[in-house]
Amino acid sequence: MTMLVALPILLPLLAAGLSLVLGRFATLQRLLGVVVFTANAVLAVVLLAEADKSGPVVLQLGGWDAPVGITLVADRLSALLMLISMVVMLAVLVYSIGQRITDYGRSTSSTAFHPMYLVLGAGVSMAYLTGDLFNLFVAFEIMLGASYVLITRRTTATRVRAGMTYTIVSLTSSLLFITMIALVYAATGTVNLADLSGKVEALPVGVQSAMALMMIVVFGIKSAMVPLHFWLPDSYPTAPAPVTAVFAGLLTKVGVYALIRTQTLVFDHGESWTLLLWFSVITMIIGALGAIAQNDLNRLLSFLLVSHIGYMLFGLALYDVTGLAGAILYVVHHITVQATLFLVSGLLTRHTGTVALRGMGGLAKLYPAIALLFAIPALNLAGIPPFSGFVAKLALLEAGAEVGTTMAYVATGAAVLTSFLTLYAMAKVWVFAFWGKSKPPHPDPDPTDELIIGTGSTSRTMVSATSALVVFGVLIAVFAGPLSEISTRAATDLLDGGPYRTAVLGEEAE
Amino acid sequence: MTLAISVGLLVAGGVYLVVQRGMVRITFGFVLLGHAVNLLLVSGGGAFRREAPLMSETDASVAADPLPQAFVLTAIVIAFAITVYMLTLAGVGKRDDDTRGGPAVSGEKDEEKA
Repeated sequence: MTMLVALPILLPLLAAGLSLVLGRFATLQRLLGVVVFTANAVLAVVLLAEADKSGPVVLQLGGWDAPVGITLVADRLSALLMLISMVVMLAVLVYSIGQRITDYGRSTSSTAFHPMYLVLGAGVSMAYLTGDLFNLFVAFEIMLGASYVLITRRTTATRVRAGMTYTIVSLTSSLLFITMIALVYAATGTVNLADLSGKVEALPVGVQSAMALMMIVVFGIKSAMVPLHFWLPDSYPTAPAPVTAVFAGLLTKVGVYALIRTQTLVFDHGESWTLLLWFSVITMIIGALGAIAQNDLNRLLSFLLVSHIGYMLFGLALYDVTGLAGAILYVVHHITVQATLFLVSGLLTRHTGTVALRGMGGLAKLYPAIALLFAIPALNLAGIPPFSGFVAKLALLEAGAEVGTTMAYVATGAAVLTSFLTLYAMAKVWVFAFWGKSKPPHPDPDPTDELIIGTGSTSRTMVSATSALVVFGVLIAVFAGPLSEISTRAATDLLDGGPYRTAVLGEEAE
Repeated sequence: MTLAISVGLLVAGGVYLVVQRGMVRITFGFVLLGHAVNLLLVSGGGAFRREAPLMSETDASVAADPLPQAFVLTAIVIAFAITVYMLTLAGVGKRDDDTRGGPAVSGEKDEEKA
């Protein structure tokens, strides 16, 4: 059973090498990717069931026990997020395969995309499963290394500039990450998260705050928390739709996961955390206001992504079981919905040839199916009742009211306001793109690069992959009951920390 | 003290290079910064109170801590890969990294025309 924890990392990494060898055989390469992500999703279900039944599943690697060796841990939170991530990655992979077949024919293979996508998957799984700070750094580097290639692959010189911004900002945050690890190691002599949780308490308060703040800066850059979000709306929209979808869905949320994990397990804040509440408020409001000002559909969605990171920070900052459970539920909901919206935007731009909202119009009549595919996740993101966004937002608002401090009420108010602003931004997209007079499609400005738009061709595979994600998003709302129960159990584990520590360090450590 | 001064010099040089416009200089800047944090990581292992780990000569309690060295080794490999990638990027985007008001990135086009 414990060996299973290593598989979600090993499978994609080994498959990435195999995929590189299979470069000439397009069909085999595609099949390999689909099989690996399906297998990872199944593994995540097994791990989630096991972690929920009998506590965290722990694997000590390399013959050294924790806290010296490398530890992999699958608890409820990491297994749940891995499950959602792998399902989304699978759907996006199918979409991207469909897009490639439409553009280049069935037999043209892609040497770089599949291996890099698999490496990205390995990095995401590793970030969820790792039990120590340094491996978290390695996981981020695997993930980011793959994402650098994916964002700049086969692109024009003008778009490379956006890739440079992304690379340089990510590198800066990675350097800060190692600096933080060096300081943590110097102060405590360990990087194992479970071991840290006991040792940090003994440190002077000033050192503790410095460590916590450095982690907030590092993971704040990764998760695009305002004011560290500036790079995201400039870089994400330039990549092809499937790449943007998977980045927007997963990469920022892995940052949020790292923030939740470190701030609950390593530090014990005890009560709601005013500083992070402030950050969550400005993230929500500035992101949403930024979204409203955009004319570019992908930039608008990117700003909404930033804005909704604020909700997860809000849940974490409240620092009680209901707040954290709400944050976990929100991450689950948001990974799915944000990826779906970017895929739909990809479908739209293939028809219209532009991402500018003012260049679109009358799409509801021309493509009613895509209009429906846009409307459901859009309403979902804004938090309209029957969908999962409503369930997750309601959980957060309840938690905010429960905590009941002035600052918690301010943040709750900001969350409600942001929900309205999101709805307004989505209504704006609807009015500009789907209503009004239809406009002729624009020609592709750069026909040579990977981003092929304005051809008007969308294959059935692309549409069904998008529809599958839309349905998955709706299913999250259908299973909201069991999901919120498991999030509550995960949140209880996080605040307690005891089972995690016992599972990693053994009984005598408690 | 030697370590602290080296880290300081490397960071100063790295920051100077990173704020330049050319991508190649930025890459070299990150190489220097990478070295700086690696040294910081080594010093995090308590280099000032430990000695070279010679099997028969050094007592285990004062022998160099192997864990930060393993970290640094990993970080060096990662930094190497990223440096190669950044130099490639500098080559591909060479017409675009040193420009004044180069062609706009997606979304900025409309404002520029207006």
